[in-house]
Amino acid sequence: MATAVQAVERENYLNSNYGIKSWLLTTDHKRIAMLYLVSITVMFWIGGFFAMLIRLELLTPAGDLVSSDTYNKLFSMHGIIMVFFFLIPSVPAVIGNFVIPLMVGAKDLAFPRVNLLSWYIYMAGAITALTAMVTGGVDTGWTFYTPFSTHYSNTHVIGAAVGIFITGFSSILTGLNFIVTIHRMRAPGLTWRRLPLFCWSNYAAALIMVLGTPVIAITLLLVALERAFNIGVFNPQLGGDPLLFQHLFWFYSHPAVYIMILPGMGVISEVVTCFSRKRVFGYEFVALASIAIAVLGFLVWAHHMFVAGISVYAALVFSLLSYLVAIPSAVKVFNWTATMYKGSIRYETPMLYAFGFIGLFTIGGLTGVFLSSLGLDVHVHDTYFVVAHFHYVMVGGMVMAYMAGLHFWWPKITGRMYPEAWAKLSALLVFVGFNTTFFPLFIIGYMGLPRRYHSYPPEFQVLNVLSTAGASILAVGYILPMIYFLWSLRYGEPAPPNPWNAVGLEWMTPSPPPTHNFDETPVVTWEAYDYEHQPQEEVTVGH
Amino acid sequence: MWKNLPLFPERASALAWQVDGLYFLLVAVSAFFTLLIFAVIFVFAVKYRRSAHPHPVQIEGSLPLELAWTLIPLGICMIFFAWGSLIYFQEARPPKGAMEVYVVGKQWMWKFEHETGQREIDQLHVPLGRDVRMIMSSQDVIHDFFVPAFRVKADVLPGRFTEIWFRPTKTGTYHLFCSQYCGTNHSAMIGEVIVMEPAAFQAWLGSGGDSSSLAGNGQQLFQALGCSTCHRSDTQGRGPNLAGIFGRTVLLDDGRTVVADENYIRESILNPGAKIVAGFKPIMPSFQGQVSEENLMALVAYIKSLEQPQPKERASNQPAAPETSNVQ
Repeated sequence: MATAVQAVERENYLNSNYGIKSWLLTTDHKRIAMLYLVSITVMFWIGGFFAMLIRLELLTPAGDLVSSDTYNKLFSMHGIIMVFFFLIPSVPAVIGNFVIPLMVGAKDLAFPRVNLLSWYIYMAGAITALTAMVTGGVDTGWTFYTPFSTHYSNTHVIGAAVGIFITGFSSILTGLNFIVTIHRMRAPGLTWRRLPLFCWSNYAAALIMVLGTPVIAITLLLVALERAFNIGVFNPQLGGDPLLFQHLFWFYSHPAVYIMILPGMGVISEVVTCFSRKRVFGYEFVALASIAIAVLGFLVWAHHMFVAGISVYAALVFSLLSYLVAIPSAVKVFNWTATMYKGSIRYETPMLYAFGFIGLFTIGGLTGVFLSSLGLDVHVHDTYFVVAHFHYVMVGGMVMAYMAGLHFWWPKITGRMYPEAWAKLSALLVFVGFNTTFFPLFIIGYMGLPRRYHSYPPEFQVLNVLSTAGASILAVGYILPMIYFLWSLRYGEPAPPNPWNAVGLEWMTPSPPPTHNFDETPVVTWEAYDYEHQPQEEVTVGH
Repeated sequence: MWKNLPLFPERASALAWQVDGLYFLLVAVSAFFTLLIFAVIFVFAVKYRRSAHPHPVQIEGSLPLELAWTLIPLGICMIFFAWGSLIYFQEARPPKGAMEVYVVGKQWMWKFEHETGQREIDQLHVPLGRDVRMIMSSQDVIHDFFVPAFRVKADVLPGRFTEIWFRPTKTGTYHLFCSQYCGTNHSAMIGEVIVMEPAAFQAWLGSGGDSSSLAGNGQQLFQALGCSTCHRSDTQGRGPNLAGIFGRTVLLDDGRTVVADENYIRESILNPGAKIVAGFKPIMPSFQGQVSEENLMALVAYIKSLEQPQPKERASNQPAAPETSNVQ
């Protein structure tokens, strides 16, 4: 079969055209996904570099590696880059961009030019933010709390805020494209109840992108205006309210957590079913849980403000709603686990990452329940407990899911297999390194060490050293895939159309897919994850 | 070894046990569910590995199971919610009769002032077993007053008072952290809370020299700023008589009522036009920018210290007047 595919180099989206112009002016969703892949990978390494410096500084209690101002800039820029320029676009703009049109049997996204525009906007925002960082940096934290950001910080706040403001539009356009594509461009027979869960979860995330991102845009614009012209929206001396900023900021930035995690959950649904050879357990519940998370996610923002001076009754309501949003996430975890029951499980790299995701996301989710609890949140708020919690969700969850997705669709994207043994090793290193880095932070946090501390009392050192040691393992775990993915582009084994023997329309077209994805529009007559009727080990090659 | 590697914070307040109790329960429940998920995944992954179980059994789902793993976690969460809220209500409501300490946070230090006038920087002495209420505001950015051993924390905001309270139950010296990022030396905005035996605390208070009380300073300011020309201690002033006003309900000229707490007094000094007491004209000038945070606190302490008018005075004026109109 492999020989049949490779006998003649067939035309695909990679070799149909050459030259820099064919990439920069492409409207092919697959090429745009590659543009995004390269861009966010660069951002990931910049953000990761800052993280390494932070961890090195924290090896000793005294602030001795960098100055306080530098340290403050490091964690601020780490947060800004990782949240706005890596995590938010990661699965949607790279994997979603590539896979969603294939999954729904379409030739492209609904608005191919808008898709390209979104990448240019992303780049404009990224370059603006990076310029602010290179020319002096920003030290407000990624949260830009007022009045520090508006009146007291002497760094490039406006540049960074404008960078994020610009990038927000790329996020809106991507979300819009996904919503329209999923509504309007599904292949004949691909009903909503047959839609892969990856589409459902990206659809839910797209709703948040479209509805939430304008709020952060206007919020950061207000920060910039207040800083430049002292308009008095957030300044109490002019009748403004610094807490207004926090409400506006978290109105987007809490749902943004779900922009980051929902697409990752979609990846896990695809991977767990494929490597268990099972239909997903409780399809409707997993699909609707995504929508429930998107809706409830908009109603919990003030749980970031339990000690900020909001009323006791407001705190009560937001605490209750925060518990409610935990439930659909739990439902997903239980359903993925149940999907493995009586399956036929293989331990390829994507599945290893999915195991890791489920375990670490469970810990991240449960520690979120700690933070929903009012009396307890008062103690752990703004400590390392919170840092550990959201890294379990964002890195242990989301980055794991991103890695699972990259490995899962790498053969489809590049037409090459990655080296399985190295990939398994890297998955193991990431799991061990991640836990060693972040589990000690739960303990440090409950002991009471506040986050964003350049220096700290000596009794916290041992656990901090452990954490830094873990971070170096984690770094190796991320560097390895970087190397073998690049290596595989030239030396990897040619990938068959369906190396995992998966169901889903994207596997019914050659690897890499032709520019127009399918030679004929597919007609869907089966349920999602219909592994029952999938031949056991042979694959159906694209017609 | 363990001296250098503590894994749990000290417990030195009445609330600490309650917070820890909830924490232990959450840890236990979380550990149970985490281990359950890990164990189930491990068992499935081994038992149903491809070589041992080549033919998967397709299962569509199960409504009873879905309901079970929706409703059971929801029920457990509601227990956490109720318990966490009960603790929060206690944290949010200082008991009556608490000793008060005024706190100003500024980049990057903590300034404390006791009712008796003692001032401290980055160090706070408090007596064992007494309820202590902190009345806090910031001179610049948002800070946060956090004492891990007491399990209490509250943001300290510019432009308003926030409060926090605790009852120390163990003598010793404990970390005080600023836990809201506040700029360059955020991690140096730390200090200590020293819990002393009541007798030792009294001795410490007495050792401060001849500092006058906070309310006494406030009284001097009240004269110096000219407040007393309008806010006279009879009913003839152009502004309301402030005696006994603290904690009372005030009727405003638009018909609303407001409880005269610290934030109301603060607002009335800095932004007098915001709430006009019924029966008075909005003629008071703003003192925004003219009174420092410390002086503002002294004024508030002074106004709080003003005794209610003698009953006979009230009787001669407005015998049947409701309480709300009396405080004007």
